[in-house]
Amino acid sequence: MAAHGPVRSPRLSGYTSNPRIRWAEWLPWIAALAFFFTLPEYLALGGRILIYILFALSLDLILGYAGIITLGHSAFFGLGAYTAGILSAKYGFTDPFFQLAAAAAMAALLGVATGALILRTKALTLLMLTLAITSILYEVANRASGLTGGNDGLSGVTVAPILGLFKFDLFGRTAFVYCLIALFLGWLFVRRLIYSPFGAMLTGIRENTARMYAVGAPVYWRLVLVYTISATMAGVAGALLTQVNQFVGLNVLGLEPSGDLLVMLILGGVGRLYGAFVGPVVYLIAQDYLAKQYPEYWYLGIGALLIVVVLFARGGILGLADQWLKALSRPKSSARASAR
Amino acid sequence: MAESALQTEKLCKSFGALTVADRIDFRLEAGARHALIGPNGAGKTTFVNMLTGVLAPSSGRILLGAQDITRTRQSARVRLGLGRTFQITTLFRSLPVLDNVALGIAEREGAARRMWKPASRHDEIKQEAMALLDTLGVAQDASIAVQDLPYGRQRLVEIAIALGLRPKVLLLDEPAAGVPSQDSGRILEVLAGLPGDIAILIIEHDMDLVFRFAKRITVLVQGQILVEGTPEEIARDQRVRDVYLGEAHA
Repeated sequence: MAAHGPVRSPRLSGYTSNPRIRWAEWLPWIAALAFFFTLPEYLALGGRILIYILFALSLDLILGYAGIITLGHSAFFGLGAYTAGILSAKYGFTDPFFQLAAAAAMAALLGVATGALILRTKALTLLMLTLAITSILYEVANRASGLTGGNDGLSGVTVAPILGLFKFDLFGRTAFVYCLIALFLGWLFVRRLIYSPFGAMLTGIRENTARMYAVGAPVYWRLVLVYTISATMAGVAGALLTQVNQFVGLNVLGLEPSGDLLVMLILGGVGRLYGAFVGPVVYLIAQDYLAKQYPEYWYLGIGALLIVVVLFARGGILGLADQWLKALSRPKSSARASAR
Repeated sequence: MAESALQTEKLCKSFGALTVADRIDFRLEAGARHALIGPNGAGKTTFVNMLTGVLAPSSGRILLGAQDITRTRQSARVRLGLGRTFQITTLFRSLPVLDNVALGIAEREGAARRMWKPASRHDEIKQEAMALLDTLGVAQDASIAVQDLPYGRQRLVEIAIALGLRPKVLLLDEPAAGVPSQDSGRILEVLAGLPGDIAILIIEHDMDLVFRFAKRITVLVQGQILVEGTPEEIARDQRVRDVYLGEAHA
């Protein structure tokens, strides 16, 4: 009787979810390895995509799960990028893991400080405050040109071989594998987190904050905690970008990268974990293609893509895929029902 | 005299010139079955909001057991043992019934900060939630999203969440509000079966339910306590009749 209920996609997070890794969840990693071996000329683009997936994953954690709306996530990405860059170019710290750790620590500090300040607000106020923070950082980076290179960007970034063994090569092979490993670890962590009681609790805050208070949850502190975790991940993603590019541009801060990231996540599907994988892939490949074909109008194509997704696929590309899968499985299950 | 479970001393709340709670001295005994009634606009909701910490009182004190909780945050009051249900169902609508209850239990147990072990492998939490749902007769709905349940059952989930917090004091804000009359009997049954050591304050419009459930009744009118007594005393009280007749004629 219960077996003929409505078709549901497996629930991510919560006490009734199944935390086992499904076979489809290995597909992104298989695809990444296949990409590595078959498309060596695109490894630079591939590395960038991996970094943005990690960045999008960090946004999905706060936006998709905890329901914190932000236009300022680039603050942490940018701070991570500059931390790694300045350490290398100005102070000669070239060890990649040290750079990552320092970037993570700086982003975590900024996350805890700004999170504690702004997470008592909601909705539009929160959105404006997040935007203000990244805009302030943008101006600081712009003015402090002695340290950051200002508008010209920060060059002269060198990264020592990983573990003293693997040099960052011209073709981006090392960079790709390095980013892939970082993303894999980030994915494992986020996945663990959203299936945990903490993840279930975040979903609760997003679903009904008043109810969460009424079961005794210190909502504000929980939000500060998840915001800090997310900021740390974004900082690591920023540092990875610096290491891969061996350059930091001002465009890692401000509204634009935050907005781009939000568009990527909406394209892929918010609050679905793998939306953070699909979005950056589609966005960055479309950007790469459109920028070559129509160098002046490529944003138009991205805009059209976004409009189509928002109008026809509210759950993003993955939401659409879910609907199709459901439509495909429905005739089968009704046939089974009529056979009885 | 036994220590009260919940007590207010000269509790006041005014919004500008409008006084909605006027020197309320209220005592809820340990293990009480107490009802708060009053016509619309009497200040019942304001009173509950002050008790739970949603609204800060203008003056006066609130004591939970012997502890002054006047300035304690809402979520901290819950952790101290003050549970509540909402007049308008306040649930995690898209989540399964089991998760609705488990989220509360996890908070009580301090498990909600765990980030590694999957939630679904916290068997002790799930079992406790299932047992609670079973007592309330909604165990068969455990895996259904709350929003797909009939309203009467949603009210039961609301009570299940509150019980999962193992409160010492439970405030039931119109538990039968919006429930079709044929289902309100089920709610009463559930209320009658609640553990005796929980002190319960029920705010309710359904007089039938109030008089069957409560051992003591407080009548609130225009932010003040008009009278308090046993159901028999309240039923006989001329002032109470006037207030309710007055409302009926208005």
